[in-house]
Amino acid sequence: MESERVEFTKEMRDQGYTILVPNMLEFHFSLLERVLRLNGYNAVVLKNHGPNVMSEGLKYVHNDTCVPALLVIGQFLDALHSGEYDVHKTALIITQTGGGCRASNYIFLLRKALKKAGLEFVPVISANLSGLESASGFKLTIPLLRQMIASLIYGDCIMCASNQTRPYEFNKGTTDRLIEQWNERLIEQFNKGKGLGYKEMRDNLKQIVNEFDAIERSSEPKTKVGVVGEIYVKYSSLGNNGLEEFLKTQDCEYMLPGIMGFILFKIDNRIDDIHLYGGNLFKLLLCKLFLRYCQRMENILIGAFKGHDRFVPPTEYSHIKTLVKGVIGYGSKMGEGWLLTAEMLELAENGYENIVCAQPFGCLPNHINGKGMIRRLTEVHPGINIVPIDYDLSATKVNQENRIRLMLAVAHDQTAKKAQQQVLIAEDEALAKAQEAWQNARQKKS
Amino acid sequence: MANQYRIGLDIGSTTIKCVVLDEHDTILYSCYERHYSLITQKTREFLSRLDREYIHGEPVSISISGSAGMGLALGARLSFVQEVYATKVAADTLMPGTDCIIELGGEDAKILFLQGTLEVRMNGSCAGGTGAFIDQMATLLNTTPTEMNTAAAHAEKTYTIASRCGVFAKTDVQPLLNQGAKHEDVSRSILMAVVNQTIAGLAQGRPIAGNVLYLGGPLTFLSELRACFDEALHLTGVCPENSLYYVAFGAAKQPSEPVRLADCIEAIDAFHSTESYNALPPLFDSEEELSSFRNRHARSKVPVMDPAAYSGDVYLGIDSGSTTIKSVVISAEGHLLLTRYQGNDGDPVPHVLDFIRTLRTDYPNWTIRAGAVTGYGEDLIRNAFGVDFGLVETVAHFEAARAFLPEVDFIIDIGGQDIKCFKIHNGAIDNIFLNEACSSGCGSFLQTFAGALGYSIADFSQLGLAAKRPVDLGSRCTVFMNSSVKQAQKDGADITDISAGLSISVVKNALYKVIRCGRPEELGRKIVVQGGTFLNDAVLRAFEKELGVDVIRPDIAGLMGAYGAALYAKAQRIVHPGESTVIGLDALDNFSHSVKEIRCGLCENHCRLTVHDFGEKRKYISGNRCDRPVTGSKKGNDLNLYAYKQEKISALRDTHPDNPRRGKIGIPLGLNLYELLPFWHTLFTDLGFDVIVSPYSSRSLYISGQATIPSDTVCFPAKLLHGHVQWLIDQGVTTIFYPCMTYNMDEHLGDNHYNCPVVAYYPEVISANMSDVQKIRFIHDYVGIDHRHHFPGKLYNILKPYYPDLTKSEIKHACDKAYDAYEAWMNDIRTKGSEMVSKARSEKRRIICLIGRPYHVDPEINHGIDRLIAGFGAAVITEDSLSAYMKKEPVHVLNQWTYHSRLYATAKYITSQPDINLVQLVSFGCGVDAITTDEVREILESKGKIYTQIKIDEITNLGAVRIRLRSLFAAIDQQEASQRKEEPSIGK
Repeated sequence: MESERVEFTKEMRDQGYTILVPNMLEFHFSLLERVLRLNGYNAVVLKNHGPNVMSEGLKYVHNDTCVPALLVIGQFLDALHSGEYDVHKTALIITQTGGGCRASNYIFLLRKALKKAGLEFVPVISANLSGLESASGFKLTIPLLRQMIASLIYGDCIMCASNQTRPYEFNKGTTDRLIEQWNERLIEQFNKGKGLGYKEMRDNLKQIVNEFDAIERSSEPKTKVGVVGEIYVKYSSLGNNGLEEFLKTQDCEYMLPGIMGFILFKIDNRIDDIHLYGGNLFKLLLCKLFLRYCQRMENILIGAFKGHDRFVPPTEYSHIKTLVKGVIGYGSKMGEGWLLTAEMLELAENGYENIVCAQPFGCLPNHINGKGMIRRLTEVHPGINIVPIDYDLSATKVNQENRIRLMLAVAHDQTAKKAQQQVLIAEDEALAKAQEAWQNARQKKS
Repeated sequence: MANQYRIGLDIGSTTIKCVVLDEHDTILYSCYERHYSLITQKTREFLSRLDREYIHGEPVSISISGSAGMGLALGARLSFVQEVYATKVAADTLMPGTDCIIELGGEDAKILFLQGTLEVRMNGSCAGGTGAFIDQMATLLNTTPTEMNTAAAHAEKTYTIASRCGVFAKTDVQPLLNQGAKHEDVSRSILMAVVNQTIAGLAQGRPIAGNVLYLGGPLTFLSELRACFDEALHLTGVCPENSLYYVAFGAAKQPSEPVRLADCIEAIDAFHSTESYNALPPLFDSEEELSSFRNRHARSKVPVMDPAAYSGDVYLGIDSGSTTIKSVVISAEGHLLLTRYQGNDGDPVPHVLDFIRTLRTDYPNWTIRAGAVTGYGEDLIRNAFGVDFGLVETVAHFEAARAFLPEVDFIIDIGGQDIKCFKIHNGAIDNIFLNEACSSGCGSFLQTFAGALGYSIADFSQLGLAAKRPVDLGSRCTVFMNSSVKQAQKDGADITDISAGLSISVVKNALYKVIRCGRPEELGRKIVVQGGTFLNDAVLRAFEKELGVDVIRPDIAGLMGAYGAALYAKAQRIVHPGESTVIGLDALDNFSHSVKEIRCGLCENHCRLTVHDFGEKRKYISGNRCDRPVTGSKKGNDLNLYAYKQEKISALRDTHPDNPRRGKIGIPLGLNLYELLPFWHTLFTDLGFDVIVSPYSSRSLYISGQATIPSDTVCFPAKLLHGHVQWLIDQGVTTIFYPCMTYNMDEHLGDNHYNCPVVAYYPEVISANMSDVQKIRFIHDYVGIDHRHHFPGKLYNILKPYYPDLTKSEIKHACDKAYDAYEAWMNDIRTKGSEMVSKARSEKRRIICLIGRPYHVDPEINHGIDRLIAGFGAAVITEDSLSAYMKKEPVHVLNQWTYHSRLYATAKYITSQPDINLVQLVSFGCGVDAITTDEVREILESKGKIYTQIKIDEITNLGAVRIRLRSLFAAIDQQEASQRKEEPSIGK
């Protein structure tokens, strides 16, 4: 019951309670962990994985619940049961978007699971901006929020640049080494109170893109694959059975749209809601201010890619939004909402026509925005090659990979066809040029 | 020459296929064999044969394809071709001009569209509608797929069988068999289900037309399956020469570096020796442990007596299960005299006839004092043979378990297809768990699997006892386990590890999926296990290990239902003295059994009735949902709020204005529009429209829209929308209004008032996937009726472009009327509900609140379950008639959906009403109900109320629903009886 909720108090914070954070995006989250620590929270991003995470999830959560809940809660319980943490001095943190899909309920499912496991005294913190739950020991203050957004911007930048470098690098491992270096460099800067201001960020981001662009690599074209989907399954290797690792072995380049798009989308939803149904003007203004701030951050991220033509820069949110006009309404906001559909179009527009749409089995918003839109997308963008993959703890890797392989086989086929077409066009052009030359020569003669 | 040859290997889920091509793409050699999951051995065998006979040690190009071939190819570093892609390559070469390929394999189903943009559809995590499914069904019918094909050719009619998942279909087929449907008709119905599954699941809106190729084993071997496809698609497809070898052919065409086959074999052997799957601890650490386990269980014995030496009174117990029939005879002292356990071959009647005849002729010294029957076939057997008593299975199992362990507090029964378990609380059955349709078939799954691997079930399970590293297969639907097993084999698990792994997963399924216990201690510590599946020592051991407690397995674990029935008969005879009505020898000789099918026309459910005629004026009707076709009376429906709502909606639907000045506007009767119909109907009627509403859903309405459903895992109520919209278009309606609604009405029962994502945005799916709506005006803008103040203005902006003459004041007026009409409607339902409750109370009838969503009122969605409950004499009321009695109260979940807030409020209210019980309807695939069901259960159980859940889908097995309801009624009876005992003053 609401009233029975164990609150994370100031005292707990002062006593240095360990705050466990579920993992989603390794690089982004390692910076987030640092930022939380700098703000006085003893945060630890969980690294545990393996079969026990799943069996803990299945044991304590309703099995028909979507896979992100099973995994996130399984990861928490596995950690609490591992003996590594003093369960009486540990708290958990989980996000709550307040949207209309099941994800907003994860925190309650987590509390139910803790109770079942006899750990109901462990406080759970809700990280939300919807005024859903508050705790005296944890405040999303404006400085903390800004630092968190900065971490995400860095993460998006490195994800975007490295994914476009790794498949082409001459010396295997160069890209990944640079990622590690930057992780250390940024944390070092953070520790010194640097790297989080606007100017420093701009310089750092430019430097990051420069350094990745400087990695020696081939220009031989590869099949380009985009990944979209439910946010946890899309990003977390625990959720998607190591999708990235698999794609790395498939001789292709893959692109994951950044997490900032999702943040902007969630803020923008509130503005759209007011447009669609009416509402509080003060709230509208507040949302617009926040949106503008995030867009400014987005701009320096995109700006960092300027002059690096070999990279496809992150696409501006406002442009992504225009892509779905007439495809799906802006009112469709639950889960990843219209953004998921829009990201598929954005990827296709940038040459990533082969798309893995990853979702938890039975994901409700995905019936609409993912699978529900594929047909229309093939009309809007002929040649788009989408494979929806359901993730579920019992779905086997073999089946999932087999479906992705099929998508890739079609993709390689298309790439080959395109190359063939290029040859034909080139031949035609050569022929036309020759004829022109002949004609010119004749005219000159006459 | 051989170095110009190319080899293609297609390793599927059940078979392995191989071709050798020469340089002109001519097939020199081909072969097709079942591999019984011995993939590496078979591949090795194939390759050495080829090397010996054709290749003679020369390097040759070789590629592997197929769903089970990937691991092997990667492990042995051979070239791999995705199988669908291989099919396409083969079709391009062998049958140019193909538009569409339908390929069914052991566990895969695929459709390829070759014209225009290449589109490929594969079945996802569902193995329904494939060869494995057909095999499973054939086993169920006790026949082979080929015989099934022959039978199907002589079918006269087709039954509806769930086309989504094999396990669902199984629960549909079983009752058909039990009701005596003909094998020919069932066979054809199964094939048709495969066709429907393929089309509905894979076509996803793209029409299958033009030159269609049929490929793969099932379509090659089963001519009737092809005929069914032809019929459903209205075309004549072609099953080409070499239809089994397209994948292998496509693989062979893949250019690859030539290798020596001897090197290949070596690489395959090396790959085989690595073990990398998730392993569990072995079931037994030592031989001693195994023998002490066996000794312990050998002690749980029922007292027996030599039947030949006995004379006197006997009691008969029959358990007519879904696949088997169990019969026992006990003496007056309760000693076991005679038992029989056999398959029912789809028809239990002749088996029971034979058993009773044996009793009567071989044991003339016995007097049958009474008999009782339980199980799926209860009513049929009772009517056929005049058996004295009938009882629901749960009660039968409880009776039997008590004979072994009087203080039993938990009973679990895993049979061929069902998991049943329940707790015993204060001597009454409490907390019944039956498996949902999606994981039933646990026991028969083990059997089918053993069969597929070429073992008997007994041998197969024995293997598991010696396993050193059992495979961890998780705890999910057994259909999915096929591919888990495939993966484990790829990773080197041997047959003993797989056997043990399957037994462990059956147990985990029961514990964590069906019962959903967090800690095994919750279940109780005095446990009796029953059912045929527990005769398997590996399953029993896995169960004890998982629970950490020794349990009792009676030596007659498979016969407990029948034994319990016999004990019940004995006990009842004491309460109701008299002569037994079980038929005697004379009647047995004249016994006849004929079956006739008719369609009931007494209400809109149109039940398909099966009339059994046993001669001597004894008849039995099955398939009915209410008593009308049996008794002819409509009684029972007078206190049914579902029926009242249906009538109300029908009346509104028939309301048309005299002079609609703005023409027609269509509204599909589905999802949230069910409840908002009075709102929109009033609004548009007031604006001068003639509102055309689609009718209640029906099977044919569903089929008319099924080809455009993009997501096969979305809930059935959403899928129905396609049919409703299609109906409106077919009526010539040119404007359809179906708005997107993130938010619902705010009833102040929760923290927010959302619709679920599917309800909120399904209009977007209709718009994007039904090409016909492009031809009309499909208004599906976003509206927020919760913002009453802003709503008229927003609606004005939405409608204005279509109706430029609309004025703001007109809209304002219509909106006011719409809100009033909605409120009046909801109030009327509440009033009617409270009237029904008082009437039921004054008549001392049971009251069941059947909670769900507003759209569960649709008879095609609820399958007449409301009438079924009313048929038991209970009043049926709805959640929205009670929820208004409550204020918002704290719950353990985020309470943010309007429809779901009502469920919590209703559950809370019911905890204060001793005479109202709750039954929750849950649509399969409803993600939100994964949350609500647990919470509603917790609310009820915190106050000692019984929670009952019924999962419904496209097809629902009403037999299982009946068990649940009867168990609920039996449990309520027991609860009331024990309360009377505790508080004698109230009784007086």
